[in-house]
Amino acid sequence: MDALIPQLLNGSAQGALLLLAALGLSLTFGQMGVINMAHGEFLMIGAFNAYLVQQVITSSDLSIPVALPVAFVVAGLFGLLLEVTIIRWMYRRPLDTLLVTVGVSLILQQAALQIFPSQGVPVEKPSWLDGQLNVLGYEWPLRQLFTIVLAAVCVAALSAWLKYTAFGRRIRATVHNRDLAETSGISTRTIDRLTFFVGSGLAGVAGVAASLIGGTNSQMGAQYIIPAFLVVAAGGIGQLKGTIIAAWAVGVALSCFAYWTTGSFAQVLAFILVIVFLQVRPQGLFTVRTRSLA
Amino acid sequence: MFTTSKRIRMATGAIGTTVILVLAGCGARAGDDTAAAGASAAASCVDTSGSTIKLGFLNSLTGGMAISEKTVSNVLHMAADEINTSGGILGKKIEYVQEDGATDWPTFAEKTEKLLTQDCVAAIFGGWTSSSRKAVKPVVEKLNGLFFYPVQYEGLESSPNIYYTGATTNQQIIPAMDFLASKGVKRLFLAGSDYVFPRTANAIIKLYAAKLGIQIVGEEYVPLDKDDWTSQVAKIVAAKPDFIFNTINGSSNVGFIKAYYDAGLTPAKTPIISVSIAEEEAPAMGHAVTGNYASWNYFQSLKTDTNPKFIQSWKAYPNSSGVTSDPMEAAYISLYLYKSLVEAAGSFDVNAVNAAAKTHTITFDAPEGKVTLNGKNHHISKPGHIGQINADNQFDIVWASDKFIEPDPYLEGYDWFPADIRKQLVGAAG
Repeated sequence: MDALIPQLLNGSAQGALLLLAALGLSLTFGQMGVINMAHGEFLMIGAFNAYLVQQVITSSDLSIPVALPVAFVVAGLFGLLLEVTIIRWMYRRPLDTLLVTVGVSLILQQAALQIFPSQGVPVEKPSWLDGQLNVLGYEWPLRQLFTIVLAAVCVAALSAWLKYTAFGRRIRATVHNRDLAETSGISTRTIDRLTFFVGSGLAGVAGVAASLIGGTNSQMGAQYIIPAFLVVAAGGIGQLKGTIIAAWAVGVALSCFAYWTTGSFAQVLAFILVIVFLQVRPQGLFTVRTRSLA
Repeated sequence: MFTTSKRIRMATGAIGTTVILVLAGCGARAGDDTAAAGASAAASCVDTSGSTIKLGFLNSLTGGMAISEKTVSNVLHMAADEINTSGGILGKKIEYVQEDGATDWPTFAEKTEKLLTQDCVAAIFGGWTSSSRKAVKPVVEKLNGLFFYPVQYEGLESSPNIYYTGATTNQQIIPAMDFLASKGVKRLFLAGSDYVFPRTANAIIKLYAAKLGIQIVGEEYVPLDKDDWTSQVAKIVAAKPDFIFNTINGSSNVGFIKAYYDAGLTPAKTPIISVSIAEEEAPAMGHAVTGNYASWNYFQSLKTDTNPKFIQSWKAYPNSSGVTSDPMEAAYISLYLYKSLVEAAGSFDVNAVNAAAKTHTITFDAPEGKVTLNGKNHHISKPGHIGQINADNQFDIVWASDKFIEPDPYLEGYDWFPADIRKQLVGAAG
């Protein structure tokens, strides 16, 4: 039991970060069918934003809360730019979006390498995240709790937005049946752009959280992109609740396996688990019933 | 599972396949060229008739390792400029050809072949990861070229075509263990990235720790491209070590340091000794690392006759990071060492250079002190130093080896290192 509590808590936090990275993908990949390999670099943009905001607001107590919305908007705008210039020509050609966005991701990585010091930049944690919370004898780092809270807030905001706003309804209508949505007067172009903005913006928020956990450098996006895609695939395309459960399960599995074996072997085991699961259930945890003919 | 190199390879896979297909079309001709060049390499296509001599610099300027290798490339340029200003090598100015290894090991091999057979360079300088060195090794051996490798590494290697100017394990790992023993450390935890250097280093550490009476209370590895160390640090907290031996490399160090402080560990109670955190990395951790230790041969704070000039030149150099560190100093040494070798040989010819390494005593007044080349194993003698990080992210020297340590890449002079384990590790390292 002693060993289980740290793994459960840290696994949940690890899952929360995966979820933050996967939320945006769940929108753009799940709902629009775009395989955006540059999503990890939007996360990187968010992390560099945390650093840049810290240069202006030197108190990290304040700068991190400010960086969250800033990173959302900046990464979102980058996403919008990508959609308007490149992705819009490639809808319904998922394989092409994959190839093109791999290129974009390499360009963004190299740009970051040219602009920022090659060793990466330091992002300081706010002092209100110093310290630990004693959970049944385990000194749990507060930062872990912060990641979970942040993920919860983002999920709540996103699902409320999808459920209760006009834009959300239009997005859902477009997902269910694009042609019918268009004939009933919805501008699917506007919807696509907006979805891409929000999806990329969420990656920016994930980036701020990631900057508090690991290094902020040109390569950081690479470590999140594939696990995030796996989480979306395992959760079921276009399903928020599936993504949430899958992210949490992968996070806890990673953490428990890391305890029983080693950090590297845990990666292998956790993703074997996902692959086996997808063999058994290729559609993921949940499926969305679309009314389109395709 | 998803190493940086793998992902980049995946990413470039599509482009790579196209290139390979195109190349396959003219495969026969390309093969002929290589064969011809290989045969003539014995006679050497290096042009020594003019007033310049061509040298190749091979560093990853793109991809994951650019984080570290750009600095090495810059300092090589600086050393070349310095040598040119002071008259060149055997009176010839250095004309360098910079190639990008692109953090891709097959690319390192291809570029090595290109530099030797098409650019006809007299020697190549660069590389960082052991994987890049191992990709270059068969090529320089086949074409009888020269490669100068500037980074501390796991040892257990010696090639007639490679000169190693970074530390081997008995010049960095073993001094660190001697330091820990002198501090009375009893319980040690090993934390490393999951690749050949930390695995080999830890195998050596465990053997030496047994001899020193230090108990290893845990050993953890995380893939190079994974930053989140929280779960592993929880295990460190539970194991209650006196000291942590850190062989983590790259940005994963940032994640480790953050998790370390977040878990409430402090250098006052559980200090870290690192072998890859230097002056450039220390300020990039996102948390002050004051009080922790590092084992290197060179520190910016070293008081030697040549260090002030080195620091000053680097600070004034364009694109400089402003601080000097061990790997860049080793790269700086490599070019000067080559100059001394060529001048002792009186020739740029590879066999003549290798012969001079054996018959002459080749030394260089390096920023870390006067280093001497070991002509047999192609490594250099180095002083062992332990630095403690101060508030300015510089290192206060708290321990030094009593003399320069002779390089012993196969640890043949250490009775606690059994021959069967040496054989096994050399085999595993390939």
